[in-house]
Amino acid sequence: MTTSNGNGDTQTKKYTAKDFASDQDVRWCPGCGDYSILAQVQRILPELDTPKEKHVFISGIGCSSRFPYYMNAYGVHGIHGRAPAIASGVKTANPDLTVWVASGDGDALSIGGNHLIHSLRRNIGLKILMFNNRIYGLTKGQYSPTSELGKKTKSTPFGTIDYPFNPVQIALGAEGTFVARCLDRDPKHLQQVLLRAARHKGTAFIEIYQNCNVFNDGAFLLLTEKDTKPDNVLYLEHGKPLVFGKENDKGVRVDGFKPEIVSLKDGKYTVNDLLVYDEKSFEMATVLATFSDRAGFPTPIGVFFQTERKSYEEMMTEQIQAVTKKRGEGSLDKLLKSGNTWVVSAN
Amino acid sequence: MSKTIETLDDVVIRFAGDSGDGMQLTGTQFTNTTALVGNDLSTLPDYPAEIRAPAGTLFGVSSFQLHFSSWDILTPGDHPDVLVAMNPAALKVHLKDLKKGGVIVANIDAFDDKNLGLAGYEGNPLKDDSLASYQLIEVPITKLTLNALQGSGLSQKEMVRCKNFFALGLMYWMYSRPIEPTADWIKEKFGKEPQIAEANDKALKAGYYYGESTEAFGARFEVKPAQLKPGLYRNITGNEAVALGVVAAAQKAKLPLYYASYPITPASDILHNLSGYKNYNVKTYQAEDEIAAAGAAVGAAYAGSLAVSGTSGPGAALKSETISLAIMLELPLVIVDVQRGGPSTGLPTKTEQSDLMFVTYGRHGEAPAVVIAASTPADCFHMAFEAARLAVKYMTPVYLLTDGYLGNGSEPWLVPDAKDLPEIPVHFRTDPENFHPYARNENNVRPWALPGTPGLEHRIGGLEKANITGNVSYDPDNHDFMVHLRAEKVKGIEKDIPLQEVYGEQSGELLVVSWGGTFGSVRSTVERMRKNGYKISHAHLRYLNPFPRNLGEVLKKFKTVFVPEINLGQLAKLLKAEYLVPVVQFNKVRGLPIRSAELEQAIKDALGGAK
Repeated sequence: MTTSNGNGDTQTKKYTAKDFASDQDVRWCPGCGDYSILAQVQRILPELDTPKEKHVFISGIGCSSRFPYYMNAYGVHGIHGRAPAIASGVKTANPDLTVWVASGDGDALSIGGNHLIHSLRRNIGLKILMFNNRIYGLTKGQYSPTSELGKKTKSTPFGTIDYPFNPVQIALGAEGTFVARCLDRDPKHLQQVLLRAARHKGTAFIEIYQNCNVFNDGAFLLLTEKDTKPDNVLYLEHGKPLVFGKENDKGVRVDGFKPEIVSLKDGKYTVNDLLVYDEKSFEMATVLATFSDRAGFPTPIGVFFQTERKSYEEMMTEQIQAVTKKRGEGSLDKLLKSGNTWVVSAN
Repeated sequence: MSKTIETLDDVVIRFAGDSGDGMQLTGTQFTNTTALVGNDLSTLPDYPAEIRAPAGTLFGVSSFQLHFSSWDILTPGDHPDVLVAMNPAALKVHLKDLKKGGVIVANIDAFDDKNLGLAGYEGNPLKDDSLASYQLIEVPITKLTLNALQGSGLSQKEMVRCKNFFALGLMYWMYSRPIEPTADWIKEKFGKEPQIAEANDKALKAGYYYGESTEAFGARFEVKPAQLKPGLYRNITGNEAVALGVVAAAQKAKLPLYYASYPITPASDILHNLSGYKNYNVKTYQAEDEIAAAGAAVGAAYAGSLAVSGTSGPGAALKSETISLAIMLELPLVIVDVQRGGPSTGLPTKTEQSDLMFVTYGRHGEAPAVVIAASTPADCFHMAFEAARLAVKYMTPVYLLTDGYLGNGSEPWLVPDAKDLPEIPVHFRTDPENFHPYARNENNVRPWALPGTPGLEHRIGGLEKANITGNVSYDPDNHDFMVHLRAEKVKGIEKDIPLQEVYGEQSGELLVVSWGGTFGSVRSTVERMRKNGYKISHAHLRYLNPFPRNLGEVLKKFKTVFVPEINLGQLAKLLKAEYLVPVVQFNKVRGLPIRSAELEQAIKDALGGAK
């Protein structure tokens, strides 16, 4: 923590994760993936130079949206779907704050889809954590816009007939400047990505696969269990070839625009034939984003895309400064008396 | 050649033409010039929702009415003395409003078979004697404009487009107004297109000199300056006044202003105005929708701005959930509802007192908000300032109701000195000692604690709050307590607002009770009737929730309470519910201000022959 002693000197106090835990009892179901996400956020915040009082957590409605109550920082538990809208107001009104959004697949993609895409488009400096458990938890088990086609839920006893969204594709399509995917059960990796998101200027969007052990238990089991994870998860690392598999024996290569999975064991291909991931490449990100929907392809985890683009609040500040420089600081009296005025004199 | 100048006390002119004919611009120019010569005035723009409705059609007619006088006037006038009809459709739509014996200035060039057909005329009304009871002045406005612009290098179409300036010039001559202010305006407005500027200027002057030289006009008129209170004046619309009012309030509260909005007729001009005031510590945010605009405003209020969101009926409906949140969070927020005809899309460009019930009760749960209403275009400044004062003092959402007529209509405004406006004290909590987000002061108001303040980290949200700590609470007694507390806080504001004043006797036969944009027509009607011996009084409400604390007593001093509204009786219902008094209603929902003559008749009927 940096505090001023009034003489211009600064003092630094190191926080611990505990400093970011509020005094409220955490009320998620025992075993919920949300606990891990909360713990990782509390763990990485001390790594940042940001004083505690500058962190603001804004949420909507849903299980994930209880998040702000458990953080010892500033927080607003908002209304369904509107967290990005409220957070946009906070961040643009005071760009000095670090503004986080905690949201779920229903909150961010269904009722709040409009606000999500527009905050991404504007590149407002929000850190959006979208907990994706592919189900509605707080309303007790209806399907969500990320539930797989045909899923039987309380509201779809004969299976859904809705095609699901791919959140990473949405974020890329909405001009997101930092787009990532993480797993609740890979805390180390989640911490790394959270740190990068926190330091990113502009909107950072992280889809976090999160297990709902009550209404959709095991939705991501293939990606999180020791025996199945290596063959089903592809870690994206900038500048490294796309290798995965139990024995690092598989890779991704492209034939023109067409991606394919190749074996590194049969002597036909080596690591040198594989695609080297470039997170600055929008094209690569859009292709990799489709993997999670393709049969036989691993699910990419990590940062899909990252680019530098001026944030909305930066441009807002610059524009105000430019206008103020040109016109001078506004005088209220002059403003009131501007336009066509005339004087009525006393007779 | 000089002509007699006849002096008039007041004149009502209506300019009417196609929505592409520039009638709003013509009316605005006439208004500004009229303001500069010192008349009191009141305007009523009326235009279709379509940007360019098909030319010549009845539904494409756009008009601008202006009432100006040598005395203090309150309304844009019921019936025009002069109708400038740029085409047959304009004549057809507006003739029924013209005073008997009134003047029609018709652009005869537009009265061809095609336009007559589009307007639904079987013959040419200028040629038969259907207009015999009016003074018809036929002017070939299009042809004369073209003649004046020969050799200008403009296309035929561009030249024709200048005809509204010809008409304006002619009216300037007729009512003895100077043309210089408009000539200067043209120079400034079309500075980058010198050809167009020159053509408009020529058309304006041609119109003026046509009046001077032609035999068609027997006389010209003048209206002497009004005896207004001394001081500096400017002509102002309600939307401009709201924008200035919130800027002034923000400066007096030493807060940044944050205006979040989504474009909607007739409120967009507030956004347009404020987006130009970037050097006044103003941020404007055009959100992706009405809900997001309200959300961003709540976020900005939380972060310490004077947050304002402007809208109209349909947008107010979309914002209601967010305003419930602001009520729960107890954050200051000003919502400006420039009311228009409803329900649904209704009449977007027309006025209506449509949303009083909606903003008072249109939220789920017991969700009290402050509701105030402006009574004239210039009053929008004062009420916007007042809305901001109440919002920050009481940490509450405040609705400011204006309407399409107030928002777009204009009147001269006695401009205050910035230094004479009261300071709005704001206290941000900074002391962590004994800080509780929902502890309260003597007015039941919780502290404003901004994110970024060390030691005050806390969480708020839409779930019910435990008293004092603000933690989530499902306790039944706590909920009951908090519901009452929020209601009491808003009700308590009655101590901080002026007592209700009554114009005329303080007790008696009949009290007319009105609110919002009907002030002008109601007050002028009551004034006139009182001059004619009727013992009636008038109470105009600017505070609707809470009501002024003496309102109940005021109502009970009159035998009849008469409530005219441009809705089906929303204030009437509130008064009956609150004070259990019988109420006589007068309701006309035409998308236009109440007509004084109709109102007078209704009051006479309510008096049942008593005087």
